Amino acid sequence: MALFLGAIPFLGLAGVYAAASSARLSANPADKLLPSFEQMGTTFWRMATVPEVRTGDLTLWVDTFDSLQRLGLGLGVSVLLALTFGIAIGFVPHVRSALAPFLAAISLIPPITVLPILFITFGLGETAKVALIAVGTAPVMIRSVAQAVLDIPREQIVKVQTLGASVWQMVTRVVLPQVWPRLITALRLGLIPAFIFLISAEAIASTTGLGYRIFLVRRYLAMDVILPYVAWITLLAFLIDRALLLFSRRIFRWAFLEGEAL
Amino acid sequence: MNSNLLKTTALAAMLLAGAAIATPAQAQEKTSFKVCWSIYVGWMPWGYMETSGIMDAWAEKYGIDVEIVQINDYIESINQYTIGEYDGCSMTNMDALSIPSGGGVDTTALIVGDYSNGNDGIILKQGETLADIAGQNVNLVELSVSHYLLARALETVGLSEPDLTVVSTSDADMVAAAATDDVTALVTWNPLLSEILAMPGTSLVADSSDIPGEIIDIMMVNTDVLADNPDFGKALVGAWYETMALMASGDEAALTAMAEASGTDLAGYNAQLDSTEMFFDPATAVAFTESADLPQTMEFVATFLFDHGILGEGAPSSEFVGVAFPDGSVYGDEANVKLRFDTTYMQMAADGAL
Repeated sequence: MALFLGAIPFLGLAGVYAAASSARLSANPADKLLPSFEQMGTTFWRMATVPEVRTGDLTLWVDTFDSLQRLGLGLGVSVLLALTFGIAIGFVPHVRSALAPFLAAISLIPPITVLPILFITFGLGETAKVALIAVGTAPVMIRSVAQAVLDIPREQIVKVQTLGASVWQMVTRVVLPQVWPRLITALRLGLIPAFIFLISAEAIASTTGLGYRIFLVRRYLAMDVILPYVAWITLLAFLIDRALLLFSRRIFRWAFLEGEAL
Repeated sequence: MNSNLLKTTALAAMLLAGAAIATPAQAQEKTSFKVCWSIYVGWMPWGYMETSGIMDAWAEKYGIDVEIVQINDYIESINQYTIGEYDGCSMTNMDALSIPSGGGVDTTALIVGDYSNGNDGIILKQGETLADIAGQNVNLVELSVSHYLLARALETVGLSEPDLTVVSTSDADMVAAAATDDVTALVTWNPLLSEILAMPGTSLVADSSDIPGEIIDIMMVNTDVLADNPDFGKALVGAWYETMALMASGDEAALTAMAEASGTDLAGYNAQLDSTEMFFDPATAVAFTESADLPQTMEFVATFLFDHGILGEGAPSSEFVGVAFPDGSVYGDEANVKLRFDTTYMQMAADGAL
């Protein structure tokens, strides 16, 4: 029943699209704005299975692989930064006083506006794309990890201190285990801006990638490529998000004892 | 619960319906028309025609209403025309063939305004001649006239695209990209071109004056709309050549207004005009459009588009979309003519018959 209810809006959207598309196509069979599902299916299938004439690549898979690699590297850098700086800021009061205001200010800079600076620093290649994703997602992730550390009940820290734990022991045995699930939540929330920055980076200068393809074929209004690509990106993001949630639930059962997870 | 669901579904439906209401331009007699343009040296007169009232005066003469709308993004303006939001739009011969004509919208070249005669160029940071481009990464707006210029220029030195790597780069970021060490070769257009050439260590190795008359800037209009409303064509052409006469006579007020609208000053605008072959006189525009070189150019363009897979999904060859010329000859499929070069209205202007 829940599955059926959940499907209704999707079906409604598809139905309205199909109606609008066939109306335009009956007026002009070569219309590019709202291609039929069949056209989109054919194009998508071709991009997934037929090597491109000029490069010999299977366009869809090359684009997907390159984009996911950039996304993974960018988010990986963000996770490392979030762990090191987040725990330092959350756990060490002096670090917090020194860095928290700076971080709060930095996280408010829209990364797209400092693109020329990123270009000069990281060049125009892969590094710049990974850097844009990291710059766009790391500050918020650092802040949520720091908050997760601050949320740990003070009593726990006091207790292990009385038991004679060193700072390193407190971090690895008390703080880290409780931060993991919160880190994954931050990662899931960071996925959306990460995709946005990935696609912006690929639109600016690139030779492959999901965002590159969309902006390239926009030059001749090839909606039969763009719409399936958008659906594909949505699906990828959804799958990654679900996979992270499942992973987190499986590994950190204790973090999901109360309430429902979305 | 259920009513919420219904609301959500209804909302989604409305959103999509809202996006889809744009219906193709209706071909019928009407009195109100909209054309669009974007900033480029050869198209600045369109903005001036709207603000100076020249367009309104000519539209009034024919008892119609013409609105000239500036759109900030060039490709977006062509897309808007293609989906039927506008009756005409300024674009190059190449983009006309690939976007509206390739998309089944029958399009007529109403006013052949100018061709690029140095406004598009290839810049190298390492090397002095075009042949040095081999093996480099070349930053350009992929599938644009820059890409076409590169392909044509490479032929002249016996190279082809696989000899280098094309890196698609947004024109908005071209100047910033040019400033980085990663970028060693690029192809772009004015005013970006002159801005990048002003940087030390850059040299211009080829430009569009090497292929004169191949990158043509045209006011394209919907063929059906024009056929049903000849007055629309007459008003546009009349207003255009009145403005051309002002420019040719060096009217400082008009030229300054155009310069300022394009973000430069009179001297800067004149410098850009120097590398643009404007057809101030309708007779020269007619002669250019009727010349035997144009079919040859369109064949180059169609071949380039087909080679890069832009002519559309079902295109079996570069001759998939037909292009008609003033003498009645057709390049490509005669049953699928979607781009027409028509000198009728420009001829009227040349004869003083408007």
